[in-house]
Amino acid sequence: MSSNNAKKTASSVQKPVQRIVIVGASLAGLSAAESLRSEGFAGTITVIGDEPYAPYDRPPLSKTVLTGWLQAEHTTLPQSVDLQAEWLLGMPAIGLDLGNREVELADGRRVGFDRLLISTGTHARQWPDLAQAALDGVCLLHTRDDAVRLRARLAARPKRVLVIGGGFTGSEVASVCRELGLAVTVTERSATPLIGALGAAAGAFAGQLQRAHGVDLRCNVTVMSLEGDESGRLRCAYLSDGDILDIDVAVVALGAVRNVEWLRDSGLAFDSRGIACDAACRAFDINGMVTDDVFVAGDIVRWPHPLYEGELLAVEHWGNAVEQARTAAHNMVSVPADLQAYKSLPAFWSRQFGVNLKMIGLPSFADEVVLTQGSVSERRLVAAYGYKGRIVAALTVNMARWLPAYEAMIEARAPFPPVLHAPDSSAELRPVPAGFPPHGQITHSPNAIKTGPGPSIPSPEESPTSDKVKDPRVPPGFQPK
Amino acid sequence: MLRIVVDLNRCESYAQCVFAAPTVFWMKDEESLEYDYAPDDSLRVQVERAAAACPVQAISICCLDEQLEQQGGNHSEQQ
Ligand SMILES: Cc1cc2nc3c(=O)[nH]c(=O)nc-3n(C[C@H](O)[C@H](O)[C@H](O)COP(=O)(O)OP(=O)(O)OC[C@H]3O[C@@H](n4cnc5c(N)ncnc54)[C@H](O)[C@@H]3O)c2cc1C
Ligand code: SF4
Repeated sequence: MSSNNAKKTASSVQKPVQRIVIVGASLAGLSAAESLRSEGFAGTITVIGDEPYAPYDRPPLSKTVLTGWLQAEHTTLPQSVDLQAEWLLGMPAIGLDLGNREVELADGRRVGFDRLLISTGTHARQWPDLAQAALDGVCLLHTRDDAVRLRARLAARPKRVLVIGGGFTGSEVASVCRELGLAVTVTERSATPLIGALGAAAGAFAGQLQRAHGVDLRCNVTVMSLEGDESGRLRCAYLSDGDILDIDVAVVALGAVRNVEWLRDSGLAFDSRGIACDAACRAFDINGMVTDDVFVAGDIVRWPHPLYEGELLAVEHWGNAVEQARTAAHNMVSVPADLQAYKSLPAFWSRQFGVNLKMIGLPSFADEVVLTQGSVSERRLVAAYGYKGRIVAALTVNMARWLPAYEAMIEARAPFPPVLHAPDSSAELRPVPAGFPPHGQITHSPNAIKTGPGPSIPSPEESPTSDKVKDPRVPPGFQPK
Repeated sequence: MLRIVVDLNRCESYAQCVFAAPTVFWMKDEESLEYDYAPDDSLRVQVERAAAACPVQAISICCLDEQLEQQGGNHSEQQ
């Protein structure tokens, strides 16, 4: 470190934090702003968001908003304290100048900060052929506006909906379609839906649920192309199993892409897997040094979790955005001795096909899974995930009340298979392989994954061959040379 | 304006909130809680009762700044 740098750091520690800027006005950004005020921060908070809306909640977009139960305008999130913030909405940040501590806005303005929180999250992965993506009837689902558009399509009662990708969003959309009595086909490139998030064993159960509810589920199948009529309206889809589907709506549910583009040339350590940070949510720069004034939270982050061997985790979960933002906010206004480490367990819920699915821990870390309570036939069960003889995650299906007990076991690094005293626990536990796709094989929506040690720029996994494997049109079995 | 959010990671589907405010919260299927984020102001007392009744304190209630809510689209700044 040069003496110049050292001086700058020393003076910045002494200078009180007066201006905090948050880029990304969604769940993590809002949660951070609330926590800053609860921590007693009295300086200015500026929240910059490219969407035109006050922070709203995304989970209902693929559930109650799509069924028509909830108006999209009703998803606005409450603000638990009077934030006294300056909101710059509908305004993208286009650059970050770390030397001058300024965020550059699309209209040319520059906003100075003492501390910055980056919570720019993700956007939906687009269909790779842009002409096909632009066909009338091809939809994404990530924002409020997306949900309004898709809801209108479904309300118009299309003859068949095609859902491309059997991750959580795709599965929930298919569930809503069946609830509305619409014919729906789901294509999934892997062997089962939800395989990236839950593994093949639990994914097979998810597939059974889909079929039992009348979904035309096609696994190991990709959509090769979408085709429109003369007026540009989606007409049919060509599948890798040779079938041609007659459809008027296609929902592209191929997972999320991290909003890191605006940080190009910023000097921060980021790539398509997110921005690398330390356990205190401080971003790393490209030299692998931790920054003192740039913090990150939510879907955009990869960070070292102590329970998962220090590999950087990337987690696209509601609870993670809330909790990580709280820790980041605390650390933004704390002296070094008071810094907290962020080590919440990943936790997720989903509702689909009549069941409440909940998860705690990191299933994709596991090598084995075992049914510990309930049964597949009753559609009420708990499954525990193990890695090298310890429990690392649990999944409940309509048995949410058991989750805290498993959470405690995971945190205590309890042995796997777990020792249970539940009345309905299986007499003899028989673990089976969890069935996660091999490392590096891309699934549509892994949701929570380890992303290797970091920070390293660029990502070792980014190469022309891996891009080819990522192309959702490429059928399974493709071998990169 | 009345606004609520439920931490569904924490919610254990006890349905106490459904009894307290049945037009705001409802149980979908066996144990999936669904709810209206923006109940009518006239339901405030019911919603407060629901939040108080929740055994795991998963329900947060707040009022939302009308100005922010209406801000949609017009890049405005409030100082
Ligand atoms: C349809 C759907 C259903 C979901 N369901 C569930 C569920 O059931 N359970 C669960 O646990 N999780 C669910 N999630 C995930 C959860 O919503 C996310 O984890 C959460 O929204 C992450 O919050 P965030 O603030 O980190 O990022 P985001 O919500 O992605 O917000 C990032 C914000 O930053 C903005 N932004 C990006 N770039 C810029 C820029 N350069 N300048 C200014 N602003 C910018 C974006 O427009 C966006 O508003 C769901 C997500 C979706 C999309
Ligand atoms: S009372 Fe609380 S735990 Fe019970 S259903 Fe309502 S939110 Fe969930």
